[in-house]
Amino acid sequence: MWQELYEELAGFGFMVIAVAMDSREGDPLPWIEAARPTYVTLIDREHRLAELYGLVNVPQAIWIDEQGRIVRPAETAGVYEGFRKMNRTTREMPEQVAQTMAAARSTYLDAIRDWVRRGAQSQYAFSPDRARAHLPAVTEDTQMAQAMFRLGQFLIRTGEREEGDRWLAEASRRHPDSWCIWRQRAGVNDQGLAALPEFWQRVDALGEKRYYARVDMNGMP
Amino acid sequence: MVTVLTESGERTLPDGESSGDALWLPAREVEAATGWALKPQGLCKGEVCVPLPPGREQEFVRGPRVNVAALWRHLGQPVVRSDRGHAWVLAASAGDRATALRSLEAPDFTLPDVSGRLHSLSEHRGKKVLLVTWASW
Repeated sequence: MWQELYEELAGFGFMVIAVAMDSREGDPLPWIEAARPTYVTLIDREHRLAELYGLVNVPQAIWIDEQGRIVRPAETAGVYEGFRKMNRTTREMPEQVAQTMAAARSTYLDAIRDWVRRGAQSQYAFSPDRARAHLPAVTEDTQMAQAMFRLGQFLIRTGEREEGDRWLAEASRRHPDSWCIWRQRAGVNDQGLAALPEFWQRVDALGEKRYYARVDMNGMP
Repeated sequence: MVTVLTESGERTLPDGESSGDALWLPAREVEAATGWALKPQGLCKGEVCVPLPPGREQEFVRGPRVNVAALWRHLGQPVVRSDRGHAWVLAASAGDRATALRSLEAPDFTLPDVSGRLHSLSEHRGKKVLLVTWASW
């Protein structure tokens, strides 16, 4: 998704740093090797970025300017949760929903283009006050959850899977809004496709709440 | 022997000792492991010094060793340890994390690429960066 945009804008002093929030051994290498990106692709097995930037799902994006300042804090990276309207048997996407998804993506990419070309003059670049108003919630629970996640990942990596999984479960309980934590836990159980019913249940339990938070940007659904 | 995971990374300390909820590290290793150092004024990090609570010094310092878990709790910072105490995570508090984010300075980080080579955000200072996450499933 980002390769084309990167090639288009690289000459304007733009870099994409794409970070895979994967923790199972082997992920995400095949995807990276197939895509052959020329931008920076990193792997964050411990979800250090989730703790530093208040991330809860993928894909999320943060815009950072040349001085290393946050211009747009963590937000949904141009995707619309069309999959919730998909027919689960036929996997068909209603036309209207497919259009909304395409429009969301193109709106977001156009906003990035505008920012890269116009910098702080871009309407999409938040002022410091507006950026602060969009910072993610950081609480004792979310911080403790990220610490537990890190411990759990360490234990799994060093062969103590059962205890590690317990810490991941507790982390998810403390930070139920984090799909990043939940997703990795479902991964540890190694259920493969069997994880999908759990995923749909958890998504359905959101009710009216968004899976991907709305982006505060003109034209985003 | 304990492994301590902090903001700056992971260190295995052969002379670290865990005892219940206490994590005792030799004073000479505390600064490298945690960023805090034992000084006459108390436990200090940069400009900040935290005096040992009167009457409770033994909870924090015994001879040449410092109970960093007690320090962390005293500061309201999250501490978690494995069941048998061989691995500890000493994390940043919500207050510190929120304050850092409010400064709008993008926190630096160092992570590996597929070949294991490390990259930092700060290497890209001078460019506009789109930091974007994804997962392979």
